[in-house]
Amino acid sequence: MSYKGRFRVWRGDAAGGALADYTVEVNDGEVVLDVLHRLQATQAPDLAVRWNCKAGKCGSCSAEINGRPRLLCMTRMSVFAPTDVVTVTPMRTFPVLRDLVTDVSFNYAKAREVPSFTPPADLAPGEYRMAQVDVERSQEFRKCIECFLCQDTCHVVRDHDENKEAFAGPRFLMRIAELEMHPLDVADRVPAAQDEHGLGRCNITKCCTEVCPEGIKITDNALIPMKERVADRRYDPLVWLGRTISRRRD
Amino acid sequence: MTEIERHDYDVLVIGAGGAGLRAAIEARERGLRTAIVCKSLFGKAHTVMAEGGCAAAMGNVNEHDSWQVHFRDTMRGGKFLNNWRMAELHAKEAPDRVWELETYGALFDRTADGRISQRHFGGHTYPRLAHVGDRTGLELLRTMQQRIVALQQADHAATGDYEARLRVFAECTVTELLTDPAGAGGHAPIAGAFGYWRESGRHVLFSAPAVVLATGGIGKSFQVTSNSWEYTGDGHALALRAGASLVDMEFVQFHPTGMVWPPSVKGILVTEGVRGDGGVLRNSDGDRFMFGYVPDVFKGQYAQTEDEADRWYDDQENNRRTPDLLPRDEVARAINTEVKEGRGSPHGGVYLDIASRMPAEEIKRRLPSMYHQFKELADVDITAEPMEVGPTCHYVMGGIEVDPDTGQSRVPGLFAAGECAGGMHGSNRLGGNSLSDLLVFGRRAGLGAADYVTGLERRPAIREADVETAAAMTLAPFEAHPAAAGENPYTLHADLQRVMNDLVGIIRTEAEMVAALDRLAELRARVHDVVVEGHRQYNPGWHLALDLRNMLMVSEAVASSALLRTESRGGHTREDHPGLDPQWRHRVLVTHCVDASEAGAGAVVPRTAVEAAERVPMRADLLALFDLPELEKYYTAPELAGHPGRGSRQGGTP
Repeated sequence: MSYKGRFRVWRGDAAGGALADYTVEVNDGEVVLDVLHRLQATQAPDLAVRWNCKAGKCGSCSAEINGRPRLLCMTRMSVFAPTDVVTVTPMRTFPVLRDLVTDVSFNYAKAREVPSFTPPADLAPGEYRMAQVDVERSQEFRKCIECFLCQDTCHVVRDHDENKEAFAGPRFLMRIAELEMHPLDVADRVPAAQDEHGLGRCNITKCCTEVCPEGIKITDNALIPMKERVADRRYDPLVWLGRTISRRRD
Repeated sequence: MTEIERHDYDVLVIGAGGAGLRAAIEARERGLRTAIVCKSLFGKAHTVMAEGGCAAAMGNVNEHDSWQVHFRDTMRGGKFLNNWRMAELHAKEAPDRVWELETYGALFDRTADGRISQRHFGGHTYPRLAHVGDRTGLELLRTMQQRIVALQQADHAATGDYEARLRVFAECTVTELLTDPAGAGGHAPIAGAFGYWRESGRHVLFSAPAVVLATGGIGKSFQVTSNSWEYTGDGHALALRAGASLVDMEFVQFHPTGMVWPPSVKGILVTEGVRGDGGVLRNSDGDRFMFGYVPDVFKGQYAQTEDEADRWYDDQENNRRTPDLLPRDEVARAINTEVKEGRGSPHGGVYLDIASRMPAEEIKRRLPSMYHQFKELADVDITAEPMEVGPTCHYVMGGIEVDPDTGQSRVPGLFAAGECAGGMHGSNRLGGNSLSDLLVFGRRAGLGAADYVTGLERRPAIREADVETAAAMTLAPFEAHPAAAGENPYTLHADLQRVMNDLVGIIRTEAEMVAALDRLAELRARVHDVVVEGHRQYNPGWHLALDLRNMLMVSEAVASSALLRTESRGGHTREDHPGLDPQWRHRVLVTHCVDASEAGAGAVVPRTAVEAAERVPMRADLLALFDLPELEKYYTAPELAGHPGRGSRQGGTP
């Protein structure tokens, strides 16, 4: 089955732009990225779209389809009626470079601020022993394909550029959780999660979980447990007492 | 001419997949200033699509495994064409490379006693693949990406600059390597590389005495492929134009199980892990047809009944493995035959059935990405119904000819690792051996580059004339052409894919290769007239126009090599020469650029030529790891004169 689909695609660059209307062929079984590729090959050869694997594994083709953060390669055309107008716009949280391509360097800067895996000093390579049940918690977070849709949708930064400095975003707060739950990691990132990476700004509305194409339960399994660890540390009366005493000694 | 952005590094790594990242880690850890240049964002490379696992004889699941067994399996899988030294280093070093990843933070699936779990895969005698569900490549790439961040954090702590000694140039494409003809005698050594930023379209020049190519494969020249857009044979073509040689380019692996429906996802990979974990292939009659396709060279090594095959999953000591797990070339040909003879599925594939073999929850746990992929893209629930699968272009065994120990090509200072390097896998790669390949030889290439730079007396210099030539080449597609002659890069690409798919696919004939070379000549002529619209800022039409140069060079290398090799072996099947020919086993087809001295100058797509050469005979102690009767299936009698088995048969003692 084939029909003429109606598309509105944002064209422009950092200086500005607008939605452009296109009518383009749509075939059975196609995804939005297929249609954009046909647009490139037939009507708009310089339409900028970032993509790689077209199999939902690399997380490159993030954009917003009818206002929803989605992967272009995992959004099937069959979810729309042939009469629907499909509107494709770049991710709103990041600066536009051109057309559907945004500058996602924010994420790479945040990645560098999270202290890396710190292995135990007494274990040689090959001596690591971990139970499957213990690695599974971090493994869930390591499914992340870094599409940055969670970062795009998070209201802490979506329309608040001023918060970006102090907020790592769900993806990198989850990275902290992943390392904290790694059975053999010996570093402590709990105080920094709150003080430097802005965990407290998250008010668990679960928007990030909703848009995750990997179905990772970011809020329930990463962010809330991290908040609990922070709370345990800050408000545990014994810890509080110990800290107060040691501070007095200083 | 406007001033070009310039950078100086000790080692320049081109490609940020597993091999490139591992090479960069090694070069940086040896104290060299290192840059990584990649076409995509950091962390998106094709390595993320590797699913099943990373082969390493750790012996965690079956203690009988050893490097010798892995070496033997690899050589058998490649039908004894492999560079045996590479296969030896690979089998010996893979376990250390996997364990090293754990110290970077990797989290592999575990055995009951807490060690790294290992799964079955085609052609591997024992369960050998370290894995994370069916997303092992993502785990490897992310782990090394995070290791690079860790190294940058260390540099930041020491110098205040994250990029002091290790920098990633993302979305940046290298279009030409630059050599120094005034360099030491022999071949002109590497002096640097020229490229452009995809985002701005601006040119960029890297001065570096060592370049490591880690650019992956060539699959985007084929219509049905599991490869991403990046796989345009850049490293292969860059190396040719710089004066290096390619080997084994006739060997292209068609993975037996790609998706066949819907059309837009045709070719997307279905991991071999489905079969490793118990999935079986069936034709439209419901028969497990692979039992009828065990070739003579593997007779006796595979189960002959379904009962035995099913018992093997739990008891490998007393049963032989299922023929569903024959090496990939055998399975791909079998599927091709089933479909051709009318026993295919509705969309031109065969059935891969895991639903009837294990509970739904077990399938979702072991193969989460496959479950997700079929559910999302094909509306198929693999826990309830079989998948439809067929062959897809997956991997090129051929690549840049390198020294096995250092990864250096014929060009001093030019190194290669991973898929773009040739030799390791012979005529057919075993599943799981690519992730281990890129770890072992990525590290070795980084080490080789570091040693080379440390030992250099004089830093090779870039010629400004070469820079100007390279710059002009990239801008040619913007020049005005007579409107009638202007070629659309997308159309040219589609035409190239059709030629390679129809004529240079799984089954080949002399007439088809000749026709393919004619068609490629037409395309070479047409690429001169490519015109792109718009400007240089993030312009995918322009990017594709430049990639076409590389695709056309590499495609000619594949078709020319395939024409010359008049036998069938591994990833090269000639309908007109259906058998293995021992006289071809010891010969290697070497591709070079016809006018390497004028690399990059003149022709948009320089011509390539292919010549046969002799392979280096296998070291005696490695040859002795195989029984004589097995070797006799592949080798000529004179080549085996020194085998210890031969001596004892003649009554002597070795």
